[in-house]
Amino acid sequence: MAERELLLGDEAVALGAIHAGISGAYGYPGTPSTELFEFVQGCAEAEGIHAVWSANEKVAYEEALGMSFAGKRSIISMKHVGLNVAADAFVNSGVTGVHGGLVLCVADDPGMHSSQNEQDSRYYAKFALVPCLEPADQQEAYDMARGAFDLSEQTHLPVVMRIVTRLAHSRADVVTGSRCPQNALNPTAETFNFTLLPTNARILYQRLTEKQPDLLARSECSPWNTLTDGPDHSRGVIVNGIAWNYLAEAFEGKIPFPVLKVCQYPAPVAKIRALLEMVDELVVIEEGYPFLEEMIRGVTGVHGKRIRGKLDGTVPRCGEMTPTVVAKAMGLAVQEGLAPSLEVVPNRPPTLCPGCAHGDAFLIIRQALAPWGDVRMFADIGCYTLGFYPPFNAIHSCVDMGASVSMAAGAAHAGMHPVVAAIGDSTFGHSGMTGLMTAIRENVPMTLVILDNGTVAMTGTQKTMCTGEDLVNIVKGLGVDPDHLKIIEPHRARAAEQAEILRAEFDYRGTSVVIARRPCVQLKRKGG
Amino acid sequence: MKHDIILAGVGGQGILSIAYLLDHAAIARGLRFKQAEVHGMAQRGGAVYSHMRISDSPILSDLIPEGHADMILSVEPLEVQRYLNYLRPGGVVISNNEPVKNISDYPDEAKVDAALMALPRAILVDAAGIASAAKMSKAQNMVMVGAATPFLPFEWQEFEPFVQRLFGAKGDHVVKANMTVLEAGWRVGAFAKALLDAGVSSAVVGRFLARVEPMTLDPATAGAFAGVLALPGTWAFLDGEGARVACDPGLLKSLSA
Repeated sequence: MAERELLLGDEAVALGAIHAGISGAYGYPGTPSTELFEFVQGCAEAEGIHAVWSANEKVAYEEALGMSFAGKRSIISMKHVGLNVAADAFVNSGVTGVHGGLVLCVADDPGMHSSQNEQDSRYYAKFALVPCLEPADQQEAYDMARGAFDLSEQTHLPVVMRIVTRLAHSRADVVTGSRCPQNALNPTAETFNFTLLPTNARILYQRLTEKQPDLLARSECSPWNTLTDGPDHSRGVIVNGIAWNYLAEAFEGKIPFPVLKVCQYPAPVAKIRALLEMVDELVVIEEGYPFLEEMIRGVTGVHGKRIRGKLDGTVPRCGEMTPTVVAKAMGLAVQEGLAPSLEVVPNRPPTLCPGCAHGDAFLIIRQALAPWGDVRMFADIGCYTLGFYPPFNAIHSCVDMGASVSMAAGAAHAGMHPVVAAIGDSTFGHSGMTGLMTAIRENVPMTLVILDNGTVAMTGTQKTMCTGEDLVNIVKGLGVDPDHLKIIEPHRARAAEQAEILRAEFDYRGTSVVIARRPCVQLKRKGG
Repeated sequence: MKHDIILAGVGGQGILSIAYLLDHAAIARGLRFKQAEVHGMAQRGGAVYSHMRISDSPILSDLIPEGHADMILSVEPLEVQRYLNYLRPGGVVISNNEPVKNISDYPDEAKVDAALMALPRAILVDAAGIASAAKMSKAQNMVMVGAATPFLPFEWQEFEPFVQRLFGAKGDHVVKANMTVLEAGWRVGAFAKALLDAGVSSAVVGRFLARVEPMTLDPATAGAFAGVLALPGTWAFLDGEGARVACDPGLLKSLSA
């Protein structure tokens, strides 16, 4: 029975997966992917689906692979940089293959709305030699997610669904279909496949490469890869995923040129060749890196054809596609809007919430560091990254989950002192623990401040797994000297006294940990 | 029929609730819509926006092309300035006049207001005043939904079931109060629209709206008021009144005299 539902792109993928009969959803929060998992979580109990956040993306991926081993379907969701964390499991799961259907939905963030880079996950799918689907709209997101599980079980491979911020966080009405029952428990008989000893892996990798012609054949006849003719063959256009919408918008739905819309990979090379033969020049408009463009251009280019796109400056290399960017790239006249009517329009960057404990913690840390002058502080991924902005000006690095800890250790190895790192409780659980364990082994002179606000705040107060006394016990278990493990409740009213505690640890020539514990104001508002 | 709207504001002002109401009203009318929103880091007090597209035919892009928006609906006056490049010629700006000064270099308030009044079609709404009069100071976003409604294919009453869904758990009185401020916003928006359509400038509309009680605005009388706003004695009379006055037949009579 078809129904219309209002869904974010993230939610459309989630509902497609639910209707495909998943038994598990796995992930770690990360904008713009978070709402996918949360949608499944919202109906997990009613649907009998396991949906509990994992400590990090690698754990999530491995849990899903275990469910596949047991014969059941599951979806994993993460942001693009999360796949860097899960890459070991992901790439090797191409070699093992899957038993129960396994779909990885990875949300890229062109334009870096909430990320450190614009990496394009299509490269990961190609790297792991597995199929990749890329919906252009919410309806395709739903339909592809449903179909992706069948594709996964037919090819015995994990399937990547690549979405981008503008789809993940855009809402539209979606026509939904019927639901499949969950797979029965049916552990694989082919345990050889999952045991990547070199002797086995050589055979399995060979098999993976032998699957490639089939994957290509599927792409060539995929209904998602459509070549549409147009009256004007002076030019042809290739678009991927959501870039299709912008191209169609730029021409108000009537594109005069032949267009190839690529939404299933490996890239359909026969269709690309067919388009090239029809036209004099080709414009490649990709939301993401020039993935197809580089492939088509190769080293020598295409004889007699001009290939235009991000590599020759026709399309901007950085930032996301928009209807206006695409219209300009296609040489269309663009309607101008109004200019600002105010002389100076100041930026309004995000800020810490009023009453946020991080603000007080930064104040106290800065005060404690005052005797040493301008000390740089390593920081990490979370709300506290906003400590970069005035009035705090407190942090001097933010690279990847857990980097604060290990970068501090490296700086201490080099002779910097004092060395201070700040990390949130959830980021510590995600990737900070191993760095701390490493530092403690040789008593590296550094201080780690764990800002324990009891939640994954930036992405919307998801449950953290190492807070309060659990966090204390984890830190103790990693082997920190109990005399150099301090717990404070940061408050600016007690800044002088608390800065003293921190200063003593900053001064100490060994590894120390200060837990600054005070609940997130957003969490309190939500009654958590 | 299509309506392309840029929703603007500051993280925490409830623009996703505005989007929720417009989305559901559109779907209830059998219209198509797409709505791209901002989640994540920007929601922490930063500039936030949403691209909302409502149409009776399928919508292609989730994002509105520059120069194509029919409306900028902003819950904060400075935020309008960030998105004017999206406004089409003849498009309307509807903005709350209550600033959110969470940055140290916030411009002079009077200049921010004047810059909006200088736009061809702009309506500055005292959403804070309307919301606090109903003891719902957080409901400024609901006032703005009401103010936008006269420009959209909806009646203000159509939002009630969705306001119920948003706030029903907090009690009937909260739903009722939200609908009250939404209606007041509608009165302001509809009256102002009629004045603008009659050729009254944004600045004069703004000046008039600042002098009258929002709940007394009857859009059906706007045409009559448009005529008297150009009279020389009007502003002397209105500015001479200490508080806001009722916008009723009595006022029209006084101004006409």
